Amino acid sequence: MTELSQIRNFSIIAHIDHGKSTLADRLIQFTGGLTDREMSEQVLDNMDIERERGITIKAQTVRLSYTAKDGVTYELNLMDTPGHVDFAYEVSRSLAACEGALLVVDAAQGVEAQTLANVYQSIEHDHEIVPVINKIDLPAAEPEKVRAEIEDIIGIDASEAVLASAKSGIGIAEVLEAVVQKIPAPKGDREAPLKAMLVDSWYDPYLGVVILVRVIDGVIKKGLQVKFMQGGTQHLIDRVGCFTPKRIELPELGPGEIGFITAQIKEVEQAKVGDTITTVKGGATEALPGYKEVQPVVFCGLFPVDAADFEKLRESIGKLRLNDASFSFEMESSAALGFGFRCGFLGLLHLEIIQERLTREYDLDLITTAPSVVYRIQLRASKTEDAQEIFLHNPADYPDPSRIETIEEPWIKATIYTPDEYLGSILKLCQDRRGIQTDLTYVGGRAQVSYELPLNEVVFDFYDRLKSISRGYASFDYEQIGMREGDLVKMGIMVNGDPVDALSMIVHRSVAEERGRHMCERLKDLIPRHLFKIPIQAAIGGKVIARETISAMRKDVTAKCYGGDITRKKKLLEKQKKGKAKMREYGNVSIPQEAFIAALRMGEE
Amino acid sequence: MARALYIHWPFCLAKCPYCDFNSHVRDRIDVEIWRKSLHCDLRHEAELASGERLESIFFGGGTPSLMAPELVSTLLEEAERLWGFAPGIEITLEANPSSVEASKFKDLAAAGVNRVSLGLQSLDDDALRFLGRLHDSSEGLSALSTAQNAFSRVTFDLIYALPGQTPEQWQRMLERALSFGTSHLSLYQLTIEPGTRFATMVRQGNFTPLDDDAAADLFTLTREITAAAGLPAYEISNHARPREESRHNLTYWRYGDYVGIGPGAHGRRGGKATVRHKKPENWLSAIESQGHGIAEERVLGLNEQASEALLMGLRLAEGIDLQALSARFGIAPDALVDQARLNFYSAQGLVKKQGPRIIVTEAGMPLLDALLGELVPADLVTA
Repeated sequence: MTELSQIRNFSIIAHIDHGKSTLADRLIQFTGGLTDREMSEQVLDNMDIERERGITIKAQTVRLSYTAKDGVTYELNLMDTPGHVDFAYEVSRSLAACEGALLVVDAAQGVEAQTLANVYQSIEHDHEIVPVINKIDLPAAEPEKVRAEIEDIIGIDASEAVLASAKSGIGIAEVLEAVVQKIPAPKGDREAPLKAMLVDSWYDPYLGVVILVRVIDGVIKKGLQVKFMQGGTQHLIDRVGCFTPKRIELPELGPGEIGFITAQIKEVEQAKVGDTITTVKGGATEALPGYKEVQPVVFCGLFPVDAADFEKLRESIGKLRLNDASFSFEMESSAALGFGFRCGFLGLLHLEIIQERLTREYDLDLITTAPSVVYRIQLRASKTEDAQEIFLHNPADYPDPSRIETIEEPWIKATIYTPDEYLGSILKLCQDRRGIQTDLTYVGGRAQVSYELPLNEVVFDFYDRLKSISRGYASFDYEQIGMREGDLVKMGIMVNGDPVDALSMIVHRSVAEERGRHMCERLKDLIPRHLFKIPIQAAIGGKVIARETISAMRKDVTAKCYGGDITRKKKLLEKQKKGKAKMREYGNVSIPQEAFIAALRMGEE
Repeated sequence: MARALYIHWPFCLAKCPYCDFNSHVRDRIDVEIWRKSLHCDLRHEAELASGERLESIFFGGGTPSLMAPELVSTLLEEAERLWGFAPGIEITLEANPSSVEASKFKDLAAAGVNRVSLGLQSLDDDALRFLGRLHDSSEGLSALSTAQNAFSRVTFDLIYALPGQTPEQWQRMLERALSFGTSHLSLYQLTIEPGTRFATMVRQGNFTPLDDDAAADLFTLTREITAAAGLPAYEISNHARPREESRHNLTYWRYGDYVGIGPGAHGRRGGKATVRHKKPENWLSAIESQGHGIAEERVLGLNEQASEALLMGLRLAEGIDLQALSARFGIAPDALVDQARLNFYSAQGLVKKQGPRIIVTEAGMPLLDALLGELVPADLVTA
């Protein structure tokens, strides 16, 4: 156990690519946590996806032992927090476990929207912020300009910002020294009843569920019988330790310390982020503030491309869920796509991550339907049913419109940060997506604009459009701001007169026609010509709002077939049959799976 | 057992840019070895599939008109010795319409050939050059006239739907072709086959094939004109006055057995498919080492046979007799043809039921491949 005065708990805030992971690596290396040989690039991001995308999905900590200039050896707990708003709650818990943060800003790129959201959160947690201007050895580095940006945009004193280049190892000692000098030591009472915050948890095949904790008061040690105050379960602690980043077992964790425990827990669902851990006997009476049940906000259907993979998908989703209690799933069957699951996610990135992990780690080919959000619908009483409130996340379950009193949809506040030359197009995009501008400020050649936007407009393809119109320069961040009533309707798609449920979507009446036209046009390109002409219609209720026609095939015949060689002709037929097996039959129309995927995919190809 | 014999002569003077048939260009050909080897291949098949007299023989290629008439003659003698000839046997030989080859027509007729299929391909010199043919239109027409004097039956091939070809151009050519008094015509749409020089040229952007819509219009036009002239289509690309159809080719389309000898020849022998070595040299050495040129002999399951019978039979204007096929292969009619789809496409006018027969209509013919994909149940098509 370490004296409170010798502990520093901090996180690193940075935009993607601004060098968070590299800096963390250097800090570990500098303090001798790992030898050079053991250092693999970016130690903290374990998952392939984390490394490839440069994002952190699960919180992790590293305990560094650092002897400062004052001769004292400090225990520095570096908390690597998830870097995305989808995990805002997890981030808030990680931040709550720290007393300060390093704000890493790229000396060439300057402050980005994502940085802002995280730094404000950190400030809300009363953190001491230590600015670090990174990549100062880049030719395009403008540290003074960035220093001014930090002061102007974020509003914190950056006069003592550390100038560093994590990649080249410049300024690492200064960063560590600043952590010790500027970030306050944690407070806590060793004699008080145990109160430890559950910061994060994950499933380890050898250890079971590993729980990351920050001890507030009291001491946590092996053999202790504890209870989770929110979860209401009791467990026997069988391991206590920390990561350096190697896993090391310790006799105990005292106040102010961050480390891990295991307690023979089988499912992460039992270890809810933000829960308070205390002793069964003589435990705390009051839980720590800030606990929240996370609710999925974005939904989509996941279906196996090969129907035979359904069981494999079920198993794989089950396994993933072992490690990520924040996504939900239930079985769904669609006439077009067969059996699959309706899954709920914390946001779009979360959706993509899960989808990618299923594809990659479990080797599944998946069809992902259009993401949708949760709508709150007030239903009037009918002859047979009472008035009631329902939550709708699958357009296929859209109720009888005559019973709908109101529909509410989730809204977000989006902060977009962009070089000002793209501002015009971005404002138009937001306007087209029913956005309401709430703020617009210019700093240097950059603009920061805030919009309130319906989430369903954002899940469609907003992010891709934003990236494309700003050539990748605009950054985007959002937070949810609650439900609002809207004039929302279900737009159905009919192919050859038959409704195709998997293609239906809920849209605002004002954009329905445009969306419908767009969808019909895309389907026209995606569905191959048939032996007869195929009308494609978008409709609201019985009213057709857009229509395209796929003209009939004119010619498909092998001209020459003699000499008794039937082989090629037969191969053609076999190929045709195989091709057909990959399509879904709608009446007499075969729709290729790619059509569903492409038509429903967020974003343009 | 087989009543049709196909003999493949794999050599050409030059390879045409559209052709994906088994043809090869060689400087020297040892006629004696080829004579012996073809005889050997013949005898092998006769041992396995004899008992009935031959009703048709077809010399295909390659360019069989390059064969010495003596070689044709000995092969026919051998075939007659092995199987016997039915009265009125049809003996067809594919010929190039060049003056050199035309000079052999008399001798070929004397050898027993009674039907010639002339590869005229076009009546337009620019088109002939584009198609890489070695003859021009006047040489072709004079060969046609020589052939018509030498043989009782003469058919010729034309290739249409060339890049940029208009309906008016094609109609003029076709009407002219019909004026030559032929009783049989093979009219093929140009298709770009993989591995041909044309395929490369299209890939490199040297020309763009006629699009499907325009080609479909030409197809319909062709059928209207030939029908009006008394030579309706009896198969996708073949047109004849009644009873002037190629009996040999009808055997394929009606899915009868046929013997195929020579390099790359295919045969059907009592539920078995035979394929001979394609490359002339490989075929020769196979003959030498095993006494026949077979590269692959495979038993066809009943499902596979049925699917072959369907995809060949529906090419014919007469269509297929579903009950007869059902009895022949022991497969229920609705397992041979998807009945729901049949009804659907009947309503669309692409196919029709006529007593026990299923017939693809005029509207359905240009879509036959796609239609087969719809009508033939997946279970029948072996992967």
